Amino acid sequence: MPDRPMIEIAGVSRNFGTFRALDDINLTIAEGQFFSLLGPSGCGKTTLLRLLAGLDVPSAGTIRIDGEDCTEIRANARPTNMVFQSYAIFPHLNVAENVGYGLKRLRLGRAEEDRRVAEALEMVRLPDFGRRKGNELSGGQRQRVALARALVMRPKVLLLDEPLSALDKKLREEMQIELRSLQQSVGITFVLVTHDQYEALALSDRIAVMFAGRVAQVAEPMEIYQHPATRQVADFLGGMNFLSARIAGETGETLTVETDRLGTAVLRKPAGFTASGNRATVGIRPERLRVLWDDETAPHMLTGRIASRAYFGETTSLAVAIEGLDAPLSIVETNDYGADELKIGAEIRLAYDPEALVLVSDPAA
Amino acid sequence: MRRLARIRLLPVYLCGFIFFLYFPILLLPLFSFNSGATVAFPLRGFTLNWYAQLLQNATMIDAAMNSLTVGLAVSLVTTTLAISASRAITRYRFPGKRPATGLIMAPLFLPEIIVAVAMLLILLQIGIQLSLGTVVLGQIIFCLPYAMSVLIAGFEGFDRSLEEASLDLGETSFGTFRRVTLPVVAPAILSSFLLCFTVSFDEFLLAFFLSGTRTTLPVYIWGQLRFASKLPEVMALGSLMMLLSITLLTIAEIARRRAEKRVTAQGGPHA
Repeated sequence: MPDRPMIEIAGVSRNFGTFRALDDINLTIAEGQFFSLLGPSGCGKTTLLRLLAGLDVPSAGTIRIDGEDCTEIRANARPTNMVFQSYAIFPHLNVAENVGYGLKRLRLGRAEEDRRVAEALEMVRLPDFGRRKGNELSGGQRQRVALARALVMRPKVLLLDEPLSALDKKLREEMQIELRSLQQSVGITFVLVTHDQYEALALSDRIAVMFAGRVAQVAEPMEIYQHPATRQVADFLGGMNFLSARIAGETGETLTVETDRLGTAVLRKPAGFTASGNRATVGIRPERLRVLWDDETAPHMLTGRIASRAYFGETTSLAVAIEGLDAPLSIVETNDYGADELKIGAEIRLAYDPEALVLVSDPAA
Repeated sequence: MRRLARIRLLPVYLCGFIFFLYFPILLLPLFSFNSGATVAFPLRGFTLNWYAQLLQNATMIDAAMNSLTVGLAVSLVTTTLAISASRAITRYRFPGKRPATGLIMAPLFLPEIIVAVAMLLILLQIGIQLSLGTVVLGQIIFCLPYAMSVLIAGFEGFDRSLEEASLDLGETSFGTFRRVTLPVVAPAILSSFLLCFTVSFDEFLLAFFLSGTRTTLPVYIWGQLRFASKLPEVMALGSLMMLLSITLLTIAEIARRRAEKRVTAQGGPHA
C-alpha cells in the first residue's frame, strides 16, 4: 500500500476570464497521506481544492481520484468530502441532522443512520451535542461538526479549506494535534489548504508550496524548511537571511560558493536550479546564527553591532549589522542566558555553521 | 428669560403629525362601535350592531371572498416569480442585470393610475374579458418590487458554501434547493408572501379599473360611500381590514427578523 497514488493532478489549469488562477499544475498525492497546499492568499490553493471537490471544473488538464478520471464528475458523485472555511453548518438543522445530512440519500435505514451519526460525533468528541442547533455552538465545536459531517460519509479523500483559520491561537493548536491524530486513526487521505506555514509544517506528510497559480516546491516538511528550492519559498516559510555569493566551482549536484563574510561552502543544488552568471543567492535561517557569550569561541565567527531588537519572551530577535554586508543579519536567540545584555548598539560575536547555508534559486539575482 | 422666548417647534410638529396622520384612523374603530346612525360627535352609545349587519351583508361577503382569492393568487405568483428573480440577481452575474432589476423595481415609482388605464386599454384592445384574473395580473406587477426587496435581502445574506456543502455531501441541485436553500430563506419567503397579500388586499386603483363586474373590498367600500346610512358599516369593515393588515405585517416583520438572525447565525465562524 505505500505510495499508491490517491490523487493525480495532470496539467491542470483554471482561468477566470483573462486571469490564470492555476497554471499547469502537476501533483500526485499518495493514499493515506496528510498533504498540505501552502501559499499566500490568491496563490490558487483554494481554487485547486475546489477542483478536487468537484465544485469547479478545470479549464485544462485531468484529475484522477483513486485511479478514476474525475475531471468532469460533479461534487455530489465524487468520493471526496470537504470541510469549508466557514464550516457551512446548516442553520436550520441541529447537530445530528447536520452530520446525518449526506447519509439521508444513501437510504441506510434509520437505525444504521443514527449509529453512524453517533459514531462520527463520538469521533470528534461531541457525543452529547446531537440536539444542539448550529448557532448554539462555539467556533471549535462548529469545526468539529463540519469534520464529523464530512467523515461520516467515509470519503476516500477529505478536503480541508483553512479549517483552523477562524479559531484563536490556543484552540487552533489544540485542533492541530487533534486533526493529526484523527487523520492517523481514520487513515483517510487529507488535503489541507492553509496559509499558515507552522500549521503546514506541523501537520503534513508532504507540502506543496504555491505562488501565483504555480507549484514552487513539493517536499516533506523538514526538506521544505531546510532546503527551500527558491528564494520565495524560503522567505514564505519563516525568516531567512539572504546573501549574495560568487560561484567558485560546480559539479552535477553541488555548487561551491564564496560569500563575503560567511566563508566558502559546498552546497546542494535545489531541483531546477540554474545559475545566472557567476553569482548565486544563499540563505541562512536566523536560528542557525548564535550569540557567543563571554569568552566562548566557535570555529566560524562574525562580529557585529546590534541594530535593533524585539523581545518575544521565550526568544529575542536581533538585527545585527556586520561590516561588509549590505543588510543586517536577523538572528533569533533563545532567552536562556543574559537576554538583557542584548542592547541596541552593543557589539556581539556570532557563531555560524557554513553547513547551514542553503542555495536557493533566485530569479531576481 | 431667553429660554422662554424660544418656541419649541419639535413638540408642536410631533403633535400635528400624530393628529393629522393617526387621529383619523383612530376614529374608524371608535365610530364602528357607536350606536348613532351618523358619523358625528357626540358619541351615542356602545353597539356591535354594525358588525352584525356587516356579516349578514352578502355583497360584502362576496367582495371579501374576491379580495381573499385575488390576494392569495397575487402573493403566491409574485413570491414564486420573485424567488427566481432575486436568486438570479444575488447569485449570478449576467448581461443586462442592472436594467432587468430596474424594470422589476420600476412599478414602485410609476403613477399607478396611468398604468391602470394603460392596462385597461390594452386588455380591451386584445379582447381579454375583465375579471379577477386581470386584477391579479395587474397587481402582480405592483407587488413584485415589494417581494423583491424582501427576498433580495434574504438571499444576499445566504452563505453560498451552504449549497456547496450540500452538493459535496451527495445531494443533487434540486435536492439542495429543497433541503437547504428553501428552508434557510423560508422566513423571507413568508415575509414576502404576507407583504404581497397586504398590498393586494387594500389595492384600489387596479382593482377598480380591471375587475369588470366583480368587486374587491376596497372597490366595494368606495361604492358604499355614496350612501350616508352605510357609513357606520363601512367604519366597521375598515376597522376589520386595518386589524388584518396590522396582524399580517407584524407577522411579516417577525419573519423578516428571524430570516436576518438565521443569516447572521450561519455566517460567523467565531471562536
